[in-house]
Amino acid sequence: MAQKKITRRQFINYILSGSLLGLAASAAYSILRYITPPEGTETAVSSVVAARKGELVLNSGKIFRFGDKPGILINTAGGELVAFNAVCTHLNCTVQYDPQGRYILCACHNGHFDLTGKVISGPPPRPLEQYKVNTRGDEIIVSKNI
Amino acid sequence: MFQKIYNWFDERYQITSSRDFFAKKTVPVHKHFVWYYFGGITLFLFIVQVVTGILLLFYYKPSAAEAFESVKFIMTRVEFGWLIRSIHSWSANLMVFSAFVHLFSAFFLKSYRPPREATWITGSFLFFIVMGLGFTGYLLPWNELSFFATKVGTQIAGAVPVVGSYIRTILRGGEEISDATITRFFALHVMVLPIAAAAFMGLHLIMVQLQGMSEPLSQISNPDKKSMKFFPNFLLRDVIVWLIIFAGLLALSVIFPWELGKKADPFSPTPLGIKPEWYFVWMFQTLKIIPAKILLFDGEVLGILGFGAAGLALVMLPFIDIWARKEKRNPLLSILGICVILYILLMTYLAYFGPQK
Repeated sequence: MAQKKITRRQFINYILSGSLLGLAASAAYSILRYITPPEGTETAVSSVVAARKGELVLNSGKIFRFGDKPGILINTAGGELVAFNAVCTHLNCTVQYDPQGRYILCACHNGHFDLTGKVISGPPPRPLEQYKVNTRGDEIIVSKNI
Repeated sequence: MFQKIYNWFDERYQITSSRDFFAKKTVPVHKHFVWYYFGGITLFLFIVQVVTGILLLFYYKPSAAEAFESVKFIMTRVEFGWLIRSIHSWSANLMVFSAFVHLFSAFFLKSYRPPREATWITGSFLFFIVMGLGFTGYLLPWNELSFFATKVGTQIAGAVPVVGSYIRTILRGGEEISDATITRFFALHVMVLPIAAAAFMGLHLIMVQLQGMSEPLSQISNPDKKSMKFFPNFLLRDVIVWLIIFAGLLALSVIFPWELGKKADPFSPTPLGIKPEWYFVWMFQTLKIIPAKILLFDGEVLGILGFGAAGLALVMLPFIDIWARKEKRNPLLSILGICVILYILLMTYLAYFGPQK
């Protein structure tokens, strides 16, 4: 069987293009890794003090900090305390409580949620994540349902 | 003296030969001639952006804690700071508008016909870069509007199947819009995108200079063709248009200075009536009216895939329009283009004047 010979020039060209490709790939990989933010920079929080007793009047809501995400605590017209992750499941806007309509509203794309977090209308595809609410003395504690 | 300097350079760099090239170059004159100005206007406004952007860099501080205050400082304490910032913001908006007009005029005149396919492709990339500059620059003052618009915008990127959440994390520098986001957007806005814009602009301009301006199909069979010299006749007209645009830009910046708004608070609810910049509003409105579920798929994902497909079709247009490739007229794509413009206008109108709640 006749073997196909490559010239010295071709051989050098292969080596050079191969090394250039390798160099480009390793540079691209390092850059990609560099621009990926390191994990663990955000603190995991499972419960927070969302408010003090008496801070929320009936039929009103409050945004509180839950780790690095906003949460919403609502004192319903019936005096029940409910809390949710305030990040809308549609495109990440922060929701608010509408006391007139007695629902949770996302002002970005007009998404409506009821007071159990279920979607009533608008584009949000999923309900809001509900948190557990407990009171400890004067404090209203909101925690994740783990 | 000037002649001596000229001769010195000419001996070494053959300036006369490139001058001769420009002296021979002509620009076709016809009833659609006016659209030729918009490429130049976009370029001029880009130069204004670079100059005012460099000036803003002298005082701007890219961090969540200081960005808003530094822009406020520029606008209230630095002499002519309000004017520089206002020109930068107005010029950015006019540049996007001018890029839109340039793109659609090239589309309707079918300027992407062979041999100008690559000119169109570089132009459409420039268009995306201009939009990217607008998007990244919008966050930098760190005000309420820009904060939530960026939240939505990056979440849209996150809805892209498979790689979406990775892209979102890279854009945001983490899970949420934070200090890390502003430094990333700053790097993109002042380095990455301007360098990319300059590279594509260079290619685009070289191609336009080498091939000359495209003639509309209606002109090809015209026996009575007219043209004018590029240098100095067209260039001088260009300069006059630039001066008019600059006068208009100054007037807008002085009479309607760009507002700074309220400082962003990541832990406040998104205010009612929140909207991105006007050139993204039609996409925002589309995502607002699209149903949550279409068959088995999330409506937003389908919407976003639709935008992606439209962007790809835009880039590939010279290869899609098979009639234009044969120098033939076909009104189908022009009608589609008109429908796209009407759709953009309708969605924008609904976002601003339609029911808000």
